[in-house]
Amino acid sequence: MVSRKIVLHFPSRLVDQPIVYRLIKEFDLSFNILKASVIPNEEGFVLVEISGEQDNYDRGIKYLTKTGVKIEALSQNVLRNEERCTHCGACVNVCPTGAFEVDNETRRVAFIDEKCIACGLCIKACPPRAMELHF
Amino acid sequence: MTKTIEEINKRIKEGKAVVATAAEIIDIVNQKGLQQAASEVDVVTTGTFSPMCSSGAYFNIGHAKPRIKLGGGRAYLNDVPAYTGFASADLLIGANALPDDDPRNKIRPGEFNYGGGHLIEDLVAGKDVRLEASAYGTDCYPRKKLETLININDMNQAVLFNPRNAYQNYNVAVNLSDKTIYTYMGILKPRLGNANYATAGQLSPLFNDPYYKTIGIGSRVFLGGGVGYVAWYGTQHNPDVERSEGGVPIVPAATLALIGDLKQMSAKWLVGTSMLGYGSTLTVGIGVPIPVLSEEILKFTTVTDDDILAPVVDYSGDYPQRKPDIIAEVSYGQLKSGIVSIKGKQVPTASMSSYSKALEIAEILKKQIQDGGFLLTQPVAPLPGADSCSSFKPLNERPFV
Repeated sequence: MVSRKIVLHFPSRLVDQPIVYRLIKEFDLSFNILKASVIPNEEGFVLVEISGEQDNYDRGIKYLTKTGVKIEALSQNVLRNEERCTHCGACVNVCPTGAFEVDNETRRVAFIDEKCIACGLCIKACPPRAMELHF
Repeated sequence: MTKTIEEINKRIKEGKAVVATAAEIIDIVNQKGLQQAASEVDVVTTGTFSPMCSSGAYFNIGHAKPRIKLGGGRAYLNDVPAYTGFASADLLIGANALPDDDPRNKIRPGEFNYGGGHLIEDLVAGKDVRLEASAYGTDCYPRKKLETLININDMNQAVLFNPRNAYQNYNVAVNLSDKTIYTYMGILKPRLGNANYATAGQLSPLFNDPYYKTIGIGSRVFLGGGVGYVAWYGTQHNPDVERSEGGVPIVPAATLALIGDLKQMSAKWLVGTSMLGYGSTLTVGIGVPIPVLSEEILKFTTVTDDDILAPVVDYSGDYPQRKPDIIAEVSYGQLKSGIVSIKGKQVPTASMSSYSKALEIAEILKKQIQDGGFLLTQPVAPLPGADSCSSFKPLNERPFV
């Protein structure tokens, strides 16, 4: 079972196609639309959380790519430069969604990118500047 | 049971020294008892990895042809201004130095993306940096301008020299005001929104030798990934303070001035650091070995996070106004749990200091000692102790007459 937040960009020619319907029907994926803008004859985008079996998810993504939908993983918008992170923990209370967790045993800081909403608050709060915003 | 440094060094050279980190020693003593553990363990290693603002480096850059006298002139390395009050080819840079055109806090909070700390990191990483200098010109040093790339390997000497490191205990910073503040202790949210702390607790060097019985002037230490020495007691060294039953100060107390060859160090353990709204600094890795000379010394190293108390200070009012008020006392055990209770409120905590990296340093130092590559030193002079009547004076301003 996987659950990923991704951004789908639909070129205008695909906006009137029942793409999401096919994803649900043929690949047994469940959808949670978090943000969307779909206007006839214009490029559309949907920020969506897709959940399902890994195999179905992979086939669904393949189908989307084939039809011409551009896919971006939301969590890839904020990345941690592992070489710069010192695991100090200055970020943990800055993040509004609790995407940083300190392991009680090792005291290392985990970046849970599924929780990240790419708000960017951690970028300048990180003393060694290990958090990077990628568009 | 007592041992000498010479006996311990003999065992280190033979590859027989028994070494434990300050985290491991707690369980070892719990299991074996103080007496047996003291006879078996030779050295306890400590570590800390934290932003330490009073850090800097000095360099001898070699003489240009024709010669230029930097002393009394101006010099910049990657736009960061260097101190030019020494002789013709010597420069000094502190971790907080900022390029002249850095916007600082003109738009709050300033970002401070590049300063002296970052320059030191770049040099240690072996990167070329831009040296730009101007001078007034003399008969023996005629040149007035210099622009060149320079690398740490080109320099005759590059020396890390930190006037104040490894603070023995530190404040826990909170914000009682109604707006977010930006401090050297990180971002502090309004109305006790968070509490930030900054030492490695039970791993931190001076918590494990609270009366400086083994750490003194001349002690060899792990510094920035290389070898360093305690040069002197650090600035603001203030050992004559209230202590807990186990001898650990309950407020900031002793400090160390450290020195070492920057060329041997590593950018992994000297990290240029930007404190939002505050400034540029350097995160420094330090590890101090404590020779187990007696049961008493071993006992001090078994200090745990629950034993160490830190003062909670309001950085929105009391700290800037230099009021001595302490809002509460909390233990490092509580701080590490993620939540502390202050004024009846459950406050989430965060660390400015990396415990996991401190542990890594203690482990590296342990391995170096076990492998025979790091010998211990007898201090040449003690640090001023808890009975030294030293005092930490504030600045009393006096008007010009």
